[in-house]
Formats: sequence, C-alpha cells, structure tokens
Amino acid sequence: MSTASGNTVGMDSSMALQKQMLARHYDRLSRAEEEGRACAYTFVPGNLTELLLSFDILPVLPEINALQNAMRKKSRDYIATAEKLGHSEDVCTYVKCDLGMAKSGNVGPTGERLPDPSVLLLSYTGCFTFMKWFEILKQEYDCPIAMLHVPYQGAGAATRNMRDYVVEQLKENVIPQLEAVTGKRYDEDRLSEHLAASARAEDDFVAVLESAKHKPSPIDAYFGGVYYISPIFTAFRGTPEAESYYETLREEVQERIGGGLGPITPEGTLPEERYRLVVEGPPCWTNFRDLWKMFYDEGAVVVASTYTKVGGIYDNGFRHDPSRPLESLAEYCLGCYTNLNLPSRTDMIVKYVEDYDADGFLVNSVKSCNSFSAGQLLILRQVEERTGRPGGFFESDLVDPRYFSGANVKNRLESYFQMVEQKRSAVRSLS
Amino acid sequence: MSESTAELQSLLKRAEALYHDMHFGAVRAWKDAEPGRRAVGILPVWFPRELIHAAGMLPVSVMGGGDDVEIIKGDAYFQSYICHLPRSTMEMSLNGGLDMLDAMIFPSICDVIRNLSGMWQLLFPDRPAWYFDMPQSSDAIGRRFCGRELAELRDALGALAGSSIEDDVLRESVRLYNENRRLVEALYETRRERPWLCPTSELYVVLRAGNVLPVEEHNAMLRSYAELAGGAERHAIDNARVVVVGSFCEQPPLNLIRTIERAGCYIVDDDLLLGNRLVRGDVPDSDDPLDTIVGTFIDHAREASFLYRPADKGAELVQGLEACRAEGVLFCAPSFCDPALLDQPMLVEAVEEAGIPHTSFKYAENTGQFQVIREQAGTFADSIKLWGAA
Ligand code: SF4
Ligand code: SF4
Repeated sequence: MSTASGNTVGMDSSMALQKQMLARHYDRLSRAEEEGRACAYTFVPGNLTELLLSFDILPVLPEINALQNAMRKKSRDYIATAEKLGHSEDVCTYVKCDLGMAKSGNVGPTGERLPDPSVLLLSYTGCFTFMKWFEILKQEYDCPIAMLHVPYQGAGAATRNMRDYVVEQLKENVIPQLEAVTGKRYDEDRLSEHLAASARAEDDFVAVLESAKHKPSPIDAYFGGVYYISPIFTAFRGTPEAESYYETLREEVQERIGGGLGPITPEGTLPEERYRLVVEGPPCWTNFRDLWKMFYDEGAVVVASTYTKVGGIYDNGFRHDPSRPLESLAEYCLGCYTNLNLPSRTDMIVKYVEDYDADGFLVNSVKSCNSFSAGQLLILRQVEERTGRPGGFFESDLVDPRYFSGANVKNRLESYFQMVEQKRSAVRSLS
Repeated sequence: MSESTAELQSLLKRAEALYHDMHFGAVRAWKDAEPGRRAVGILPVWFPRELIHAAGMLPVSVMGGGDDVEIIKGDAYFQSYICHLPRSTMEMSLNGGLDMLDAMIFPSICDVIRNLSGMWQLLFPDRPAWYFDMPQSSDAIGRRFCGRELAELRDALGALAGSSIEDDVLRESVRLYNENRRLVEALYETRRERPWLCPTSELYVVLRAGNVLPVEEHNAMLRSYAELAGGAERHAIDNARVVVVGSFCEQPPLNLIRTIERAGCYIVDDDLLLGNRLVRGDVPDSDDPLDTIVGTFIDHAREASFLYRPADKGAELVQGLEACRAEGVLFCAPSFCDPALLDQPMLVEAVEEAGIPHTSFKYAENTGQFQVIREQAGTFADSIKLWGAA
C-alpha cells in the first residue's frame, strides 16, 4: 500500500510543490551511489522517515515504485518477469512488480536507476507480506536488514507492552544498525526537530482531510487523497518541504470552501456533488484514472477513506511528539490503519459515514492484499447494519492490470448508485 | 487377521473417525464428562498448549473443515482469492459446530488468520478471542515481549478457568507435552528410517487425533500406534523418498496424502500439523516455566514460512532433506497461502542449489479431484527412480 504522486492532478501551487519535491528526491536517489549517500529501502506503514533523515539516509519506498510503475503501465511486464522466476500468481502484486523491476536493472519509474540499498529497514507493520518481501530482497542485495516487529492491535488497543517492545527494538536493534551503516551517532535532538516539523504538517494535513465535512466537499479524499498523503506518507515527513506543502494545500482548500467549489479531478472541478461516499481499500493503480472518471460521471465524491490512513492515522488526534521521540515513533507504527483489528476498523468506518454525512460506503477489494481484504465483507455488513446506509463492493487489484474489468466495475457502481437513490426516495416518502 | 493387526486397524479407525468428525464429538464428550469443563480452540500453527492444559481446560486445534464441511455461508464472508481454511472455519462457527469452544486463540501467522480473529470478535462478542503475537525478533527483546504477552494470556486463561495457573501445575503440563513431542518425534524417526511401517496417511490421522484428545490420551494412542505399527508385517517397496513442504496451515485432504503415497512416494518428512513439532526437543524443567517455554520457542523453533528468517533461507530445509535421505521435494501449498507461496521461490532456489529434484502443486482443503496430482506425483516418483532426477 502507499501513495501516488508526481502526476498532474491536484491543486495549483501545492501540486507544483509536490512535483518539485519528488523530482528532487528521485534526482538525489539517482546520484546517491556516486555521492556515497546511504539509502534505506523501507515500507510506508510504520515508516521511520524522521529517524532516517536524522541519519541523512535517503528512503526508497518499494510500494511507491510499484504503484508508480503501474500508473505508467510498466507493472504488467515486471509482474510477468517475477512469475517467470517462479513467484506465484496468488501473491501480492506489489512484491512481484518490485522484484521484476529489480531483476530488470532496477530502473525506477522516472527512468533513473535506483540505488542499491545500504540497509533494508523492515518496518513490519500491519502486513505479513512485508516480512516475506524483504526476505526476498535480502537474496538480491548484499546489505544488512534491520527488522522492526510492530505487534498487531489484536485486542483493539496499543498496550504498554507493545510500545515498550517497539522502543526496545528501536534502541537496541534498529538505531545501532543505522549507526553502523552510516558511521554516524544517533542524534536525538535532530530526530526531535524532524518530529516537530512532522507534527506541524500533520495539523495542516488533518485540516485538509476534515475539510470534506463541508458540502460540497472541496476535496476527494480517495482519488485526490492519494496525492495529499504522498509527502507525509513517504520520504518527506519531518521536512520543511512537507510543512510548506501542507500549509499551501490547506490554504488552497480553504479558498475552495470559500468559493463553494467541489474537488479538482482530471476532468476538471466536479460540478455537482450528488453522492458523498466513504471508501475502504487501496486504489487500483493500473486503472486509477478510469475508476476516478466513473465516480466523476456519477457526481460521486469520496469524503473519507481508510486508504489515506495506511501510513498513519492523524485525524484521531495522534501527532508525532518531539518530547518523546522513540515512544512517539512506536505509537505511530502501532497505530497505522492495517494494524488495527477488524472491530476498530469497523468503528472507524461507521464514524466516518456519520461524521462526514456520507450516503454510503464502498469497498474496493484488491486481490493482492489480504491485510486489507480478509474480513472486508463482514465489515461491509456491519457498517450497513450500524449506519443504515447502503454498502457496495467491487474488485480490482493494485498493480496487476489482469484483474481490472472496467465493464464489471462500472456495472457494480451503477447498481450501487441506483441503490442509494432508492434509499433516498424511501427516506423522502417516509418524511 | 492377527490380534495386533486388528488392534492397529481399530486404532486407525478411531483416529480417522476423529479426523472426520467436524462436530468435535470427542471434545463435547470430554466437556460433558464433568460439569464446568472448558475447551479452548487454537488456530494454526502454534500456541503453547501447556498453558491451556495447566488451567484444566482442553486445547483444541482447529484446522479448518477439510472436505467434510459443505460451505454454504462461509463463502459469503471471503472473496474468491482467499484460501479455504477461514471459509470452513466460519461455516462451522456459524453452524454451531464450534460452539463447544469457550474461547479462541489466533496465533500470528498470516493476515488472514489475523483478520479472522477480528471477525470472530465481531460475530461472537461474548466468547473471548485472543490474538497471540509470536515474537519475530529472536533475541532477548522478543523474549521479554512474548513473555509479557503470554503472562497476560495466562491470566486470561486462568480467569476463564476460574483459578489461576500455578507454576508447578504448568511444569507438569510441560512434562506431558514434552512426552507428546518425543513420541511424535519418534514416529517421525520411524517413518524416516522405515517408511513402509508408518505410512503418512496413517501417521497423519494418529497425530491429528491430538487436535481434539486430552494429551494424556493422545500420548497413550501414540505409544500404542508406535508399538503396533513398529511390529506390523509390512514390506518395503521401491518408492521415491519425498518431503512435503508448504502444508503447515490449511491441511491437504487425507485423500491427497493417500494419492501421493499411491503414486509411488514415501513421504519421509513434512510440515503437516507443524504445531506439534515447531519447537524442537523438550522444554526444560525450570522454576519459571513460562519464560522457559518462550525461550525454547525463540531458540529452537524450526524454520517456518511465518517466522522471520532473512539469512540462509532454506538451509535448514536442505539439511533436513539430507538427514532423511530425501530424493525429492513436493512443494505442496494451499492456493492463496501467502506465507507458503511467498517463501516457495526462495526454498526452491535452495533445493535446486543442493541438486535435489522438486515439483510443486497447490490444493484446497476440500480438493476432490486427485487425478492431476496423482499423475504429477507419479511422474515425479518415476523419474526419480528411473534417472535419479526429475
Ligand atoms: S499485502 Fe497489502 S499491505 Fe501487504 S505489501 Fe501487499 S499491498 Fe501492501
Ligand atoms: S492457508 Fe495460508 S493464507 Fe490461509 S490462513 Fe493458513 S497461513 Fe494464512
């Protein structure tokens, strides 16, 4: 799971800023080896970006590369390469896309070669596949691997024992390995500075997400949301660039609220908000624009999504805390969306449907991701029962184009919107 | 038929009946025998059953419904691309087939079982369901974490049983399970050395009986089987010696195991019912049995797809193949099983480097057609026998 960025959808200056940030990042990565700069391959959920930055390590996020490759129509071949090497058609396509890319010269989505990792930082949060993924990459690269096991919130809470365990691993395993890789000492003050910058950006980010409570919503919190989460979920959390990005984005959103405008989409501003929806599940990157257009054509805007919480949940009040740096990183890791148990996920969706006054909610069930998908059908029923609003369901995949059938998804969506209409007229005739 | 042959047949008949009984009659009977008895379900693969036993309760390993449970409701809870075990488990839960279990434990082996724990919590809010996070950092930190997690579970199990779990009672339970592990290991040894005496289709049902029987009774069954099978008049045939890898969670149907054997293979090692053998050797006696259980797990757990092992991937598998003089490997994993299938290419590489032939196929616990597998396993066995390589 992860985020999109670097494409041309978004909001004026904030989007320009984001494009510059990304271009600079990929450029830095392409020069990293010749400049002797350390790089860590690491995952979005439970990422330790501030800690890496405090060591001047550049993060490389394999999920982002995979999804970017999918948006650029390169994933099909990479997946085929991995399957030819014996990787099963049944498993997560992010892994196969990433491995296929590595086996094809490790040229990143922007066409520049990615550096080999100096360290594989396995933040094992919310998904078992991460562990296998880096075991597979460990076969490819001669570098150390640092594991951070983040326990699952099986009973619906992050306990003291869990937090202590994560902090102990950070202190005794992860930090010493980063010290060894870089030859630098751990600098807690520097880490705290980055965390303070994160917290400031997180305030603005939450304001952007919550702007969708307005009618019409000035943002789309799923398709548009993947652009908004990009800096804070990836290599930029804790940087001044991310701070100014979120400040600018927040201002732009405010302006749209003032102008009574709906979200920007690839087709232009949504002219009329006919349906407000909550969406559960990651996007389908191979057909991202097609899917967005289907929503646009129906006047559907996503007012809240769970996907924009995979790299951290901030709208529940959590902020990185510079006064408790490692504890705060541990709490962050423990609190990512797919690290929550199903009752907590269900509660969260119900709350979104109610707080954002949604007409209903939809599940995009992606074949790759058991972490998200196992149990989604029960979540669907539970949310329907508890909110009384219709739930819908369609299937796709993250980066494997073989699993997207436009006609099927369109049919599903059309029937779903008919159901919402029926529900509305039933409510009208009662009142 | 000699007396011992009849005895063996009757033991196997009982074990196979237990295997097919998806209403868990043995567990119900155990509970009914005394008022207040409780049983606790465990999903694959591993949980220290000693803890449940020490609370005076019956640990029951729930490994899906195999091909004995017709799926009517379960499919409505899972997308087509999710393995079969959670469907049949859900089916049994919704049909009351698991209502004799007073609590459930879901060990951390994959995202499906992990999320199933939450589904259980949503559907059966009155029955305790615990998620057990096995440590993935195999050092003192992981040991402390797991120790604290298990201490909490010990309290919760004690509360369910109505009395706290005392160390000396736990030590006695450890002793019984050590015996169980030794008996299982001895049967594996017999099968390694003389597979014709101890065919896997038999051994499997005998081991599987331990999912539902009290350990004392299962130990007695294992001892009898060892004696009866060890003394049986059975002759070696020229089968290929193979090892089955990837079947640690959702189990292949018994007929699939039989199919492999009939296709000309002796299964001389496997990871079926791995929970029985995940931890090698005894848990030593100690003043702090809980900590010792955790420590033994950390230090002596076998390589398994759901445990983090970034270095020397497959080395332990290859060593095991050499130790049992395997001539081939059957990678035999459930469809859509993330841990097994993500691991497989790495294990294949190690096996190929060691020059050991292999073949692979997938199954579901309710697979009913075995013709293709029979042909594949048969061709594999023939090629090993004819040319020494597949
Ligand atoms: S299974 Fe899901 S969470 Fe895990 S790596 Fe794949 S997409 Fe990401
Ligand atoms: S069969 Fe595999 S994917 Fe399915 S529950 Fe078991 S370990 Fe998980």
